[in-house]
Amino acid sequence: MPRWLLCAWSLLLPAQIAAATPAELAATVKAVGKNGEGQVAAIAAAKQLSQGDATTLLPILQAFDGASPLATNWLLGAFEAVADRAIKQGKLPAKEIEAYVVDRQQHATARRVAYEWLLKVDPTAADRLIPGMLLDPSAEFRRDAVARKISEAESLLSDQKTDAALAAYRTALQGAVDDDQVKAIIKPLKELGAEVDLQSHFGFLTKWKLIGPFDNTEMKGFDVAYPPERELRFTAKYPGKDVEVSWIDFETEDDYGKVDLAKALAPHKGAITYAATEFVSDRARSVELRLGTPNAWKLWVNGELAFARDEYHRGTQLDQYRVPVQLRAGGNTILLKICQNEQKEDWAQDWKYQIRVCDSAGAAIPPAKTSAAATRERR
Amino acid sequence: MHCLLMGLALILTATLANAGDWRQFRGTAATGIGESGPSASAAGTLEVAWSADLEGRGLSSPIVVGNKVFVSSSGGYRQDRLKVTCFAADSGELLWDRQFRATGRTTTHPKTCVAAATPVSDGERVFALYSSDDLLCVDLDGNLLWTRGLMLDYPNASNSLGMASSPLLVAGTLVVPLESDSQSVAVGIDPATGLTKWSIERPKRANWTSPVILPGKTPDDDLVLLQSSAGLAAVRPGNGEVIWRYTDGASTIPSSVVAGNTVYVPSHGISALQVSPGSANPELLWRVERLAPNTASPVYYGDKLYVLNRANVLLCVDPQTGNTDWQLRLEGPFSASPVAASGHLYFVNEAGLVQVVRLADEGEVVTTVDLGQTVLGTPSVAQQAVFVRSDGKVWKLAGK
Repeated sequence: MPRWLLCAWSLLLPAQIAAATPAELAATVKAVGKNGEGQVAAIAAAKQLSQGDATTLLPILQAFDGASPLATNWLLGAFEAVADRAIKQGKLPAKEIEAYVVDRQQHATARRVAYEWLLKVDPTAADRLIPGMLLDPSAEFRRDAVARKISEAESLLSDQKTDAALAAYRTALQGAVDDDQVKAIIKPLKELGAEVDLQSHFGFLTKWKLIGPFDNTEMKGFDVAYPPERELRFTAKYPGKDVEVSWIDFETEDDYGKVDLAKALAPHKGAITYAATEFVSDRARSVELRLGTPNAWKLWVNGELAFARDEYHRGTQLDQYRVPVQLRAGGNTILLKICQNEQKEDWAQDWKYQIRVCDSAGAAIPPAKTSAAATRERR
Repeated sequence: MHCLLMGLALILTATLANAGDWRQFRGTAATGIGESGPSASAAGTLEVAWSADLEGRGLSSPIVVGNKVFVSSSGGYRQDRLKVTCFAADSGELLWDRQFRATGRTTTHPKTCVAAATPVSDGERVFALYSSDDLLCVDLDGNLLWTRGLMLDYPNASNSLGMASSPLLVAGTLVVPLESDSQSVAVGIDPATGLTKWSIERPKRANWTSPVILPGKTPDDDLVLLQSSAGLAAVRPGNGEVIWRYTDGASTIPSSVVAGNTVYVPSHGISALQVSPGSANPELLWRVERLAPNTASPVYYGDKLYVLNRANVLLCVDPQTGNTDWQLRLEGPFSASPVAASGHLYFVNEAGLVQVVRLADEGEVVTTVDLGQTVLGTPSVAQQAVFVRSDGKVWKLAGK
């Protein structure tokens, strides 16, 4: 935007902003986007919104609906400024805020922030609200609820009420989406003789077709569209890095869905493997594909490139990457390209990945029936 | 007359406040030198004046503006809570605490965290950068003025080990380094609006160094030095124009230090580069491989260059020749860089042991203070005190 236009706009904005309602101000804030889009207008609108009184708190919370992560931060700034002032004046509308907090249709982050401000005036709200939040859309509420359930289970176990403890741990596991809590539950469950399917719990994709190695000498293969990027024909053979390659079936038994390509194929260096699988969704929906790998990678869903990243050996962890994708009803093809480079250090030899399908809270989304069955149902 | 005196008093107060401030990583001038640290006598009696609790994690340095200490932290199970907290510098009273959410990735190595970059202030606003590439701007009372989620614009400008380069305010531009193996840029941001003035491509290589200022004849002539594995780039902060480059490689962890027209770069040990005004070619004065610093950035103070090497030995170096005048073994290991004030250097090792070294013909540890917690962030010097933070606490250290 030219500087003169920016200056002119900045002069005109205050009058427009002063006349706007909280909803209108929030709409201006929510229009922020990439590369500073909507920034100047948002600055003025957010300032005005932040100066509101306690009666604007609920409209601000309601405005979080549909807010992007970036817009969420803008609205958080306004909400916290108003809430801070409202508390100091003894005017925080606790009852209305609580009603917002318990409404699971509302924005998860906004609900959590509202809850934390509610606690400042009503610490008893935690005991009242958290136990019912085991399956909440907000990962943070779930975490608190799971923590309470784990404590309950531990008490029961120490009182030697084994059956009740087992039931409590199983209930806790239903809500657990964070690995540390899952581990804290799994250990006693196993000691109590219970079987746990971690792969299903987390939603890991475990059955794959693999093909490789293709050449990645000097990391140049990252940008080469080898045949699997153009077609998925699982009976095909192609020229690979050194020899002809063909698809193989592979299923990982790792609890965390890790596919070790160095073992599944061989510890090739300067090489690429493609991994394909199908995920059957019960309906068209938004999900997160959460990937962990120390290697460079590309991810396609139904033939569309979802994301790509050329970083090697800077560590890996569960849920390292969260890629939002849109699934269609029925079968969805997921294709990964996992690239190994030629580093010689001991810590640069891993060639592996893990990927799972979950919602935004991290709860697994299980596959529906097979695509054939789903197709029959659609007819 | 009364108004004139009042006005003069206000100007004087502001000037004094500015002089005593510590407004960005390694101080307002990014040199590691504090203009308002403990006096020489207070350095010998340093003790904890106050401490305050923090939540979450943080490696960033505190910054000080007037009587306010600002600290950034990251919290939550996924470190996706981005916090800015403000304390009164004289008492440690919590003034305000604000939280936002990460819009970018929060994966880091367990040793570091999402709040590793040190915030910056221009005296009216605080700019906090996080490893998620979120850049927050709040006023001194904690009100959000603007924010950018820079990973939206640069989706691969991240490092799975974590980003740690601090932004730098120079000549009216906030320079934000976002350098990594996959996507690598430096961005010049307008502090008033958060809008991008310029962005330049940088070497695609992980980088944890922070930019420094190469002073010009006037502040408007100042250049920003961006360091990477490729070397140095001297950039005009107003428009991102690269004025000169040093391409003989440099470290990606300890940052350079500037004294006058000389830049001491962690390159092949330490390389001293002289930059003549208006010249596009820095001249290599000397290079000494054995001066290689570990994690801590060197400090130029009192006509000497101080380097902390991999063996936790402090080297006092003649800046004209690169020869070592004296050396002093300290108790390490260190992640934090030293800072200087009133003839002393302040070190904090990873175990939280503060070691105060008096600088004379030789160096001597005159005081130690055991903070008892892991400290990885560089301390700050302001308000006749030293400010240190761990994950869980911030301390003010002053003389008795």
